[in-house]
Amino acid sequence: MRSTISERPLLQARGISKAFGVVRVLDEVDFDLRAGEVHSLLGENGAGKSTLLKIFGGVHRADQGEMLYRGEPATVDHPQKARELGIALIHQEPLTFPDLDVAENIFLGHGTTWKSRFIPIKWKDRYREARRLLDELGVRLDPRARVHGLSTADQQMVEMAGALSQNARILLMDEPTASLTPEETRELFRIVQRLREQGTAIVFISHRLEEVFSLSDRITVLRDGKFVATRRKEETSIEEVIRMMVGRPLGKFYEREEAIPGKTLLKVESLGRGRRFSGVSFEVRAGEIVGMAGLVGAGRTDVASAIFGIRPADTGKIEIRGEAVRIDNPAQAIRLKLAYVPEDRQHHGLVLPFSVAGNVTMASLRRLFPRGWLRPPRERELAEDYRTRLSINLRDTSQPVWELSGGNQQKVVLSKWLITEPEILILDEPTRGIDVGAKQEVHHLMGELCRQGKAVLMISSDLPEVLALSDRILVMREGRLTGHFRREEATAENVMAAATGQPLPGEKGTPVSSG
Amino acid sequence: MKASFWRRLLSGVARYPEWVTFLFLVAAFVVSARLSPFFLDVFYIFDSTSYYVEIGILALAMTFVIITGNIDLSVASGLALVAVVTAMLHVQLGLPMEIVIVLSLGFGALLGLFNGLLVVKLGLPSLAVTLGTLALFRGAAQILAGDHSISGFPEWFIGADFVRVGGIVPLPLIVFIGLAVIFGLMLHKTVFGRYLYAIGANEMAARYAGLPVDRVKLAVFVVSGLMMSVGALLKVSRLSVARYDLAMGWELAVVTTVVLGGVHIYGGRGGIIGVVLALFVIGFLRTGMGVANIPQENQLVVIGLLLLVAVGLGILLERFRRN
Repeated sequence: MRSTISERPLLQARGISKAFGVVRVLDEVDFDLRAGEVHSLLGENGAGKSTLLKIFGGVHRADQGEMLYRGEPATVDHPQKARELGIALIHQEPLTFPDLDVAENIFLGHGTTWKSRFIPIKWKDRYREARRLLDELGVRLDPRARVHGLSTADQQMVEMAGALSQNARILLMDEPTASLTPEETRELFRIVQRLREQGTAIVFISHRLEEVFSLSDRITVLRDGKFVATRRKEETSIEEVIRMMVGRPLGKFYEREEAIPGKTLLKVESLGRGRRFSGVSFEVRAGEIVGMAGLVGAGRTDVASAIFGIRPADTGKIEIRGEAVRIDNPAQAIRLKLAYVPEDRQHHGLVLPFSVAGNVTMASLRRLFPRGWLRPPRERELAEDYRTRLSINLRDTSQPVWELSGGNQQKVVLSKWLITEPEILILDEPTRGIDVGAKQEVHHLMGELCRQGKAVLMISSDLPEVLALSDRILVMREGRLTGHFRREEATAENVMAAATGQPLPGEKGTPVSSG
Repeated sequence: MKASFWRRLLSGVARYPEWVTFLFLVAAFVVSARLSPFFLDVFYIFDSTSYYVEIGILALAMTFVIITGNIDLSVASGLALVAVVTAMLHVQLGLPMEIVIVLSLGFGALLGLFNGLLVVKLGLPSLAVTLGTLALFRGAAQILAGDHSISGFPEWFIGADFVRVGGIVPLPLIVFIGLAVIFGLMLHKTVFGRYLYAIGANEMAARYAGLPVDRVKLAVFVVSGLMMSVGALLKVSRLSVARYDLAMGWELAVVTTVVLGGVHIYGGRGGIIGVVLALFVIGFLRTGMGVANIPQENQLVVIGLLLLVAVGLGILLERFRRN
């Protein structure tokens, strides 16, 4: 396999710099990409990985620096230019048109000449061609199916097929596995390997280091917009890469002290809603972290949103501090001292144009200002307080949150819920898409909350995280609880087995969990 | 050095789009004053406000509605319906005017509640709902009043615009300024106002944070209905008659005012000061062009262009700020 990698770079970037307003995102970054290799870009959130990718894809334009394509200077100042050079960008959230069918989506980028736009489409040929491309990828998808109902993974395949249809020589993949199940991830990797063997060059971004190590030939690390190093995979280790990413050595996981659980704060009994989930019973005690593992779509978020009153359950009951309660909306949940940090930070967790101060007080306005008059100094004071406590990295608490990196945004969401003074916290993927440093801080915070006697229910698809932090682990599959492990019984193998409904085929551990 | 000054100035302006509106106001004033010497007559300026503050009163409520990411296109026809009902309650049923005023305020609120319930409880888009009630309210007014002008109001009720506070400022303008202060305080200084912005900027996040999203939206439509009534009472008082075709087509003027005032049409951003300034921009221009005998259709062209320029400028500035 290795022999397919050519020595001469296919794409080369020298001294790339880019600033958004006053924020310097990339600072003289060098990068080269050879045919037939998977080259991973690593770095904490805000390190500039996605920006670099978008510059290669013609979405952003570099302020300084040059790009060479096959040794010749090239200007990629428009996605169309990138396409002509055979560069295709695969987005984290696939950019597809839900109302068009698979084949239409695949060929959407075609018709680039003036004339070709007006020639009637030969649909039969198109569907046949789409079929061929999908077969080439080894994907079983109907070219006539509407994209609307497809999973994220399948939509990614549609994007990949589209890239192939343009004879892409370079695939830029920005966190393609972020919302895939382990199964789908394996499938994607199989396809990426195949393309690599055919000589395609692939740039790959992922926060899951084990993935990166299983897939890449070379790894380039960025930190704060600066180039740190490029290494062949064999010449480096996860530990070294983490060190390069954060600029300091990091312990593997936060070590929790043994918890002494108190009384039961949250108890649910045979909770269910429609076909999404049913018969879910468990309890969370004070001072305890209960992890909830499972594949994406197993119904974990549905259970959380039922408890929090966003989409109330239609069967079963909920007890808070030993009393049966009805929770029809989040306001009631908040009054019962529940907090829910949602999975989708940008859409459900934050009001992006609002200031940091405006966001952290959002869920407590009534309690903070019972007479209805806002007092902005009080809001700023609270924001400052939590900025110090959670070490949120920002210029000013009046700064809009969309300017912050993922990790800092997540800390803002956490602050918002801590200000409500909750006793029961449901954290849905609390560390997804945030950098290693912030992740560790969130873990510390969770430990701290437990010491204060709060009950924490943590939903996470990050298996090592679940194993390291939870006192007990619940596993869901297809809307039901399929596993319940005490800390000492839980292993990656038995949790995965409960999550997938079958024992893992002979592998030790799983290649798709993150580090 | 120099570039950074302009950059800073521009981003300052982008943060407060009211400045654009303010510049327009100055320009409108200067242009109007040059068009005709009569324009600078203080009495004339004050007199002319009575006509367009009725638009302004609707625009205040519309600001709330638009900031939550909704729209209420039924305001003008709602105003006409309230006016007709008010007239019938007094003239045909003989109820005393004092009671009728209270009833008509309640009736306007009810019309707003009707809009609000359709939007909130059935989850229909407000654009569609109020497009429907735009026709419905106007139709109902026409059925009730036919082609007649209903008159016969008590002396004291007629001619609010001739009541001058301090011998110079007409009552409708005072009402408008008072309401603008109340709306401004509510929007910018209260928890309720914060809710409006949060709902407009990200309704899902507002729900997840436990905000009473449905109740707030309902309230906003009810307020819009209430302002239809206030507008209707002022208008009937000024004209001394009620007709089904009052305020015909005003919904556009109202939305124009709000948008010209820097309120983002998709919600989440904007403020009352901008809307008040925008009202006077349009008012001055109309008055100025009126005294200069510029034909109605040319006036329309000017207002239309103004709106396009203002909206375009606002969006360009916003883009600049984001970059």
